[in-house]
Amino acid sequence: MSDKGFGVMSSSGIRRTTLSQRVGLALLAAFVATSARADQLLGQPTPGGYDLQPAGDALKRQVIFFHNDILMPIITGISLFVLGLLIYVVIRFNKRANPTPSQFTHNTTIEVAWTAAPVLILMFIAIFSFRLLYAYHDMPKPDLTVKVTGNQWYWSYAYPDQGGFNFDSNMLPEDKAKAANVPYRLAVDNPMVVPVGKVVRVLVTGADVIHDFANPAFGLKTDAVPGRVNETWFKAEKAGVYYGQCSELCGVNHAFMPIEIDVVDAAKFNAWVGAHGGKLNGAPASSGAGGGATGPAPVPTPTPPTVNTTASAVATKISSRG
Amino acid sequence: MATADPTATSAYRDAGHVGAHDAHGHHDHTPPFFTRWFLSTNHKDIGILYIIFAIFAGMVGGALSGLIRWELAAPGIQIFQPDSWLAHSFLGHIIEASKHGYNVVVTAHALIMIFFMVMPAMIGGFGNFFVPIMIGAPDMAFPRMNNISFWLLIASFIVLCTSLMVDGGPGRGFGGGWTMYPPLSTTGHTGPAMDLVILSLHLAGASSILGAINFITTIFNMRAPGMTLHRMPLFVWSVLVTVFLLLLSLPVLAGAITMLLTDRNFGTSFFNPAGGGDPVMYQHLFWFFGHPEVYILILPGFGMISHIVATFSRKPVFGYLAMAYAMVAIGVVGFVVWAHHMFTVGLNVNLQAYFSAATMIIAVPTGIKVFSWIATMWGGSIDFKTPMLFAVGFIFLFTVGGVTGVVLSNAGVDYSFQDTYYVVAHFHYVLSLGAVFAIFAGFYYWFEKMWGVKYNEILGATHFWLMFVGVNIVFFPMHFLGAQGMPRRYVDYPDAFAFWNKVSSTGYLITLVAVGVFLIMLVEAIVRRRAAVANPWGEGATTLEWTLSSPPPYHQFNDLPVITPDMH
Repeated sequence: MSDKGFGVMSSSGIRRTTLSQRVGLALLAAFVATSARADQLLGQPTPGGYDLQPAGDALKRQVIFFHNDILMPIITGISLFVLGLLIYVVIRFNKRANPTPSQFTHNTTIEVAWTAAPVLILMFIAIFSFRLLYAYHDMPKPDLTVKVTGNQWYWSYAYPDQGGFNFDSNMLPEDKAKAANVPYRLAVDNPMVVPVGKVVRVLVTGADVIHDFANPAFGLKTDAVPGRVNETWFKAEKAGVYYGQCSELCGVNHAFMPIEIDVVDAAKFNAWVGAHGGKLNGAPASSGAGGGATGPAPVPTPTPPTVNTTASAVATKISSRG
Repeated sequence: MATADPTATSAYRDAGHVGAHDAHGHHDHTPPFFTRWFLSTNHKDIGILYIIFAIFAGMVGGALSGLIRWELAAPGIQIFQPDSWLAHSFLGHIIEASKHGYNVVVTAHALIMIFFMVMPAMIGGFGNFFVPIMIGAPDMAFPRMNNISFWLLIASFIVLCTSLMVDGGPGRGFGGGWTMYPPLSTTGHTGPAMDLVILSLHLAGASSILGAINFITTIFNMRAPGMTLHRMPLFVWSVLVTVFLLLLSLPVLAGAITMLLTDRNFGTSFFNPAGGGDPVMYQHLFWFFGHPEVYILILPGFGMISHIVATFSRKPVFGYLAMAYAMVAIGVVGFVVWAHHMFTVGLNVNLQAYFSAATMIIAVPTGIKVFSWIATMWGGSIDFKTPMLFAVGFIFLFTVGGVTGVVLSNAGVDYSFQDTYYVVAHFHYVLSLGAVFAIFAGFYYWFEKMWGVKYNEILGATHFWLMFVGVNIVFFPMHFLGAQGMPRRYVDYPDAFAFWNKVSSTGYLITLVAVGVFLIMLVEAIVRRRAAVANPWGEGATTLEWTLSSPPPYHQFNDLPVITPDMH
């Protein structure tokens, strides 16, 4: 695995396994919940992978815990329980094994039981579910804000805290991706760059139709709706490259507008901001530095509900993550 | 509890002689061909027409899914590009060989399977044919309206197919998904194709609303003496709940797509933020219809499965009242969970918590149904004829689809699964493996009754096993793809997703063979013409249709049967 976490697509890193081995593994995974596995790539799908992508931040780790350690055992157990009952019924009560059918139609005890038991199971699930949901919507004080705009069919990124510079991000064509040894259909020419270990607030909107800003490693998925600014956030734990893809049908090239988030250390981030003509240290920037149509107004960082960015030609409302 | 058992065996059998007499009635002559099949007012003929249409539409929708699986069999664009075989074949005149064409095919696959395959088969076909018989009525309440319902659907289908061939904006046809979210369906598709889709859905909606009115009136007013609501067979209950959902939800869809139409053509801005509108408002309206719609697709299947499980276990349905009211509960709760399709649009967090919780609640009545089916089989003497194979397959696969639904109901987890193949796997497990298995179960169950000939049991069982293996190989790997993050509605995907897509497409080939066996089964039955009997399933088959000849007389129950309370 290369230090930046990409480029392993078609070369090393993945054990060559036979089809039957992989099917066997996958079936095992389907019936036995497991936590994070070491052979999974971070920030991109793993060839033949069958589990949630590894976590790039604490929230996604919570999602993986909830899914793999709470939900999977429950749903696997229920499915196997139903399967077991069916198999038992098929063996025990087929017409040869049981020529004379009984005629009972009621059993109040068991009916109450199979109504109450699911209720209890669901209440148990709900505890974890609500905890996760509210964790998603409990953003710490953000260290920087990135404004993301979905266009047909590319993403635009703006950095209001760093002087408001902005740029477009297009998918790398096949030859360039191959040449750079990065995954085609995931890698872009100008990635979104953020510092590691910082709370990044992402404001998402759409310019033409609805797109969706998604990144599996951070558990991000936020619709980019014209006329509305949605808010989400993440705090990357490790430097690396994290790929995502547009996740709301947006027309002809829906499959060709990936999202690449490069997480770098503070020095590299500052250098990158400098190279884009931005200002450092998160000082409130004067607007319009980027010269693009989406140059946002100064954004007061910690007060989300009152933020008013100029998403399109209309007043927009902020709504929080999700 | 005498009144609580509608499958009251002895009661129906007592009533049976009335129908049997009818079979030899002196007035049982049929109209000439054109009048009979094109101007039909007979519920059984209209039911047959619906079934034939549903099989045809299922072939079309299935062929479209074949194009999808072909395209996705490997990374890169295989067939939706200008120098593929598709572009140079006759099919290329109908379906554009382009990335836009792929979106059009995905859209058409969904619309055809929902509105022209599952709904016509379950409600139009089995509902029309069997609801009047099961409640001891001579026909539907409004026979001519019934005919209008059917032919509106044909018109709707023709308009939808026409839309494939006219300009959509980015290319031929509308490629915005069956959900038709604006602005992609307004400013994103400027051509007339989308207007035709709207017209098509208006026609299909009118057809279904008229049908719903017809069923409600029939079930409430035309039940035979003694056929109280609590003695009605569960299939009738399921159709009753279904048509109420149709009646209450379809007008909302009609309103939403009418607003799309005026946004597109008359300068309104219901969904246009530049004019003060809101694209998310459309999603609320659409899913207020769309979520009940998915229960519309599965509820009649619940009813059929109950009959089949009871018949082949030679046992009455376990917990009849709970089964009936579980369906009512699913129908009611189904109206207040719609925004679980919209967890990523930026809903208020408390609203998301509510919709998560409400969605989970649906698992309770659904669980009651699954366990009651198993309890019906428990202690029975089960005969594994083809309908029962499909029914048992249904119960397990629907459970699998149900538990992934519980996973998706958690908004925090849904952020990772929303719009990925995990969702595609989930809804195909409940619909493609749930609803379609229920349709096949019903089709085999009532085969002799509807067509007057027997099917071949070996071919039927072969069809089941091939289909069972095939669809599972198609859809189970989609869970893995979704977990890894592969988004839906993608014409092309990163190399990492290649393996499971290949497996999925291989499963399609097996399913294709299964459909071939199904067609052979049909041809064999038509050629051999083994004479049907009134009741091939024996003492377990207790509802009124089994008291009539196979096929039933052209007009049944000229003297109404009298239903008496259960006597065992």
